[in-house]
Amino acid sequence: MDYGEFEGVIGLEVHAQLLTESKLFCGCSTKFGAEPNAHTCPVCMGLPGALPVLNKKAVNYAIKLGLALNCTVNRKSIFARKNYYYPDLPKGYQISQYEEPICVNGHIYITTGNGKKKIRIRRIHLEEDAGKLIHEGTIETSSYTLVDFNRASIPLLEIVSEPDISTPREAVEYLKLLRSTLVYLEICDGNMEEGSLRCDANISVRKKGDTKFGTRTELKNLNSFRYIEKALDYEIRRQIETIKKGQQIIQETRLFNPDQGITYSMRGKEEAHDYRYFPDPDLLPLIVDEEWIETIKVTLPELPSEKMERFVQQYNLPQYDVEILCSEKELANYFEETVKLYPEPKAVSNWIMTEFLRELKETDVPIEKVKFRPQHLAELLYLIKDGKISIKIAKDMFPELFRKGISPKKYVEEKNILQISDESLIKQAVEKVILGHPKEVEEYKKGKEKLFGFFVGQVMKETKGRANPKLVNDILREKLKKQSE
Amino acid sequence: MKIEKETVKYIAHLSRLDLTDEEIVEFTGQLDNILRYMDQLNELKTEGVEPTSHAIEIKTPLREDVVRNSLSQEESVSNAPERKGPFFKVPPVIETEE
Repeated sequence: MDYGEFEGVIGLEVHAQLLTESKLFCGCSTKFGAEPNAHTCPVCMGLPGALPVLNKKAVNYAIKLGLALNCTVNRKSIFARKNYYYPDLPKGYQISQYEEPICVNGHIYITTGNGKKKIRIRRIHLEEDAGKLIHEGTIETSSYTLVDFNRASIPLLEIVSEPDISTPREAVEYLKLLRSTLVYLEICDGNMEEGSLRCDANISVRKKGDTKFGTRTELKNLNSFRYIEKALDYEIRRQIETIKKGQQIIQETRLFNPDQGITYSMRGKEEAHDYRYFPDPDLLPLIVDEEWIETIKVTLPELPSEKMERFVQQYNLPQYDVEILCSEKELANYFEETVKLYPEPKAVSNWIMTEFLRELKETDVPIEKVKFRPQHLAELLYLIKDGKISIKIAKDMFPELFRKGISPKKYVEEKNILQISDESLIKQAVEKVILGHPKEVEEYKKGKEKLFGFFVGQVMKETKGRANPKLVNDILREKLKKQSE
Repeated sequence: MKIEKETVKYIAHLSRLDLTDEEIVEFTGQLDNILRYMDQLNELKTEGVEPTSHAIEIKTPLREDVVRNSLSQEESVSNAPERKGPFFKVPPVIETEE
């Protein structure tokens, strides 16, 4: 993606749904898929007199992410009311954080084509989700809207980056790293399709070298990595075209249409918002002391960025392998456990990235439930290494091994497919082939050397594909040479 | 701070309230009085005083992340002016999609 004399300036706002059992300010369950309005109470429906009480685990999670993203955790933060009227918001305001959010001034490093790049995090704040609207019929014909408040007040973290991202590719790298960090921390399931992770983007363009920002547009509801990259690329090109035509960029909210691959304006339907934020009188300041932060700090796992760095150092793997292996904690664990048993990291990585991930995708089983465990993979790799089976046979039997979780060693013994490395057996097969094809042997002797492949094929056929190919080559060459003498 | 009629109209719009001309006049006067009363606070010297929105110096209480029984579906929607089965029913919302 090259934008000539221009460059993009992108800042992302990411909403992550937190994996708490109960809502942010009341004890209603956050479980997905309940009957409509079954998880509601006077607090999350905003009935008069009901008072919110903050969920401690949601605060723990916010601190956890703040530490993981190198933020300052504010010792004091406050909750504010964001006022607007929409039927998905029962109170007429959303409880959020405005002037004093829980975490500020963080950063992460993403990997780009030109090495590491620092993306600063402006803030992370806690807020509650809104309810869900269900429209009857099409929008034109709909005569009413139905409201389900089960999602209202489920805890969210909003993570706001500084506009340090220059290309759609970097935006995707940033999001992937943020997503895997959330998942590693076990505070969000990271599922974009189901809306546990949502992304909005602020985009402007400017001439390379300029320090001033151009007028920006906001892109909403970017719900997959693929859409994000396409939508941002389209929007940057649209803005450059507009400027080249001598027109002004209008500051507005736009949506992405994935079918047509274009962004379009929400056209005035959304007026300039005036949220009239003010501190929520129902909630006192949230005070986080040093001790609390320390107790969270000790629970931090190895983070994706740290793990990737270690994998490069310890296993000497290329960046490409490392990014795939570390994209999920369980996959990284699977790799490391296999390497403990079969200490050839690149070989293990190759098998995981190809056969293993292909089967994983096809069977759609979570890694921890896969029956084919690291000891099985190690066993399979030893069978290949020791010349007991060929790579081809290993690949052929892999789907069945994977799905059933069978020991590869037992499998090849039972199915009698151990590779034949017994020289006398191969010699027998070679002799049989030579005797059986006098015409071809004659031609070969006259110099038609490409017939060698034919003989190899015949020997493999004779041994049902189980002969050690290297031994077949050696023995065949030697025998044919003798024939020629 | 003087409250103008336009301010009242704007706030009414943000709050999705439909006010008559008489009501606008009435509320303009009322809001103006309230704000003028609050203006007395400006006589106090607040230099060096940290802003606060609470009169007491305590921190927010916290609850453990434990699920408690919600209202029943029936109870939840029982006060709704309009309902359809277990849902609240509201006038059609014009979505912002195309």
